[in-house]
Amino acid sequence: MPVVLENLGKRFGDGAPVLDDVNATIEQGEFVALLGASGCGKSTLLNIMAGLERPTSGALEVPSDGAAFMFQDASLFPWLTARGNIELALQLADKSSTKASRRLRATELLELVHLGGAGEKRPHELSGGMRQRVALARSLAQDRQLLLMDEPFAALDAITRDLLHDELERIWKETGRTIVFVTHNVREAVRLGQRVLLLSSRPGRVVAEWNVTEEHRTDAGRAGELTGTITRRLREEIRRHAK
Amino acid sequence: MPSKTTTTDERTVPVTEPTERITSPSLKGNTSELRDLEAGLDNLQSDAGRKHGIEWKRILLPVAALVVLILVWQFYVSLGLKRRDQVPGPLDVLSQLSALWGEGKVQETVWTSLQRGLIGFLISVVVATPVGLLLAQVAPLRRAFGPLISGLQVLPSVAWVPAAIIWFGLTDATVYFVVLMGAIPSIINGLISGVDQIPPQYRSVGKVLGANRFQMALQIVLPAALPGYIGGLKQGWAFSWRSLMAAEIIAVGGTIGFGLGSLLDQGRSLSDMGVVMAAILLILAVGILIELIVFGPIEKRLLQRRGLLAGSSR
Repeated sequence: MPVVLENLGKRFGDGAPVLDDVNATIEQGEFVALLGASGCGKSTLLNIMAGLERPTSGALEVPSDGAAFMFQDASLFPWLTARGNIELALQLADKSSTKASRRLRATELLELVHLGGAGEKRPHELSGGMRQRVALARSLAQDRQLLLMDEPFAALDAITRDLLHDELERIWKETGRTIVFVTHNVREAVRLGQRVLLLSSRPGRVVAEWNVTEEHRTDAGRAGELTGTITRRLREEIRRHAK
Repeated sequence: MPSKTTTTDERTVPVTEPTERITSPSLKGNTSELRDLEAGLDNLQSDAGRKHGIEWKRILLPVAALVVLILVWQFYVSLGLKRRDQVPGPLDVLSQLSALWGEGKVQETVWTSLQRGLIGFLISVVVATPVGLLLAQVAPLRRAFGPLISGLQVLPSVAWVPAAIIWFGLTDATVYFVVLMGAIPSIINGLISGVDQIPPQYRSVGKVLGANRFQMALQIVLPAALPGYIGGLKQGWAFSWRSLMAAEIIAVGGTIGFGLGSLLDQGRSLSDMGVVMAAILLILAVGILIELIVFGPIEKRLLQRRGLLAGSSR
């Protein structure tokens, strides 16, 4: 089931609209990068898709079972182990599941994010990258077709981030999720997305769209070219706010 | 999964070898290489575990402080500025204590008071926890009753003693009533402030994970608020113990058993400073022991597991 946003708008109180007339369709199994400068309402849009906030106008169509969500900070519960965090998500997703089945599934998910040995560790004992992988496993535990990611790697160091890009690509291919990935990093958007949507700032609106082809992925030169094009367009968008 | 066959533009996701190849322009490799890379990075980035042994400083420093205080006390007494029956020395109090022990009074009073204090405290916990959670989670209730609860915490629970004596007479009910009025508001307030300090992100996560109101309260809010809640319990115990002593000092006789407060009051009416000092030291000692063997370890373990102890002076 595709995700459809139609003339979506959002304003807080009487303020200027944060989102205005957002239109987009995201196919099932697609990996879409949502790109924009700070303050363009990317996170708001994601929150609306997750059902955490309501749009003030327009319509949206999301899978009826809702969406899994991954936050910028891992937001793991510090009183639970890595495994405990995943098992809690499993329990909340399916109230009728048994303890043994949750344990089994948590082990699988930890293996999937290559953290098989770290299940009994507590969040503060894990590195930032490991925490984000547990958070990824937890969002996969929700078992929703749609996975929303709000700048999940923004706070990580460059080495870890590169690695997690590969990791996320692998997991996306393995699980076939629909992923909407919010970022303000053009290179990250090109690296991960099949499609890059550029959101303008104040109000947020989809102003441009690029397809990232297999060629861009294997040819660093072509990828660089595309990154340059998108960066120029993004800067143009930011420059509009100079006056 | 329909997604495996989804095609967008000229890009086709290969169905046959979906996970064998990572198509990063900078790093091409297979998944096992990726796994090794990650394992290496994980080891580099996480701390090696710290070793734990017996921390002698933790035992020796308080003992040393105690010895110094007793020496200062003995020194002051030996100056002879006050009459010995008004300010007894450490040795006098010690002999008084052993005399009381011989009569079985130490055992009786400590047991009576401790038992009441603990029962009163446990009832308070059972009453205050759901009330606190409810107030913290339901905004209108909190707006309505919050100020009252805060006020009750400020009100010295001794103020309830006369009312309790009129209502319940000189029975154990009087003592328990006063203890409850002391402990319940402070546990409720501790729990509420613990809930207030929960990072809002935890609730968002809970909502995204699909927790209903009940699950949110029990599985996310309560554990997240646990440090504040334990702080509230600690304070609640302190209020129970204090209220109990106040009640025992004021309400003596009837069917009320003989507790530490009663012993203190008896010492006062007999003008026996040795008994008074002995009773005060016993009350203090029970307070310290409860902190050392109950709340201290629980709090430390809690904070340690959440990684909140680094750099603290605990």
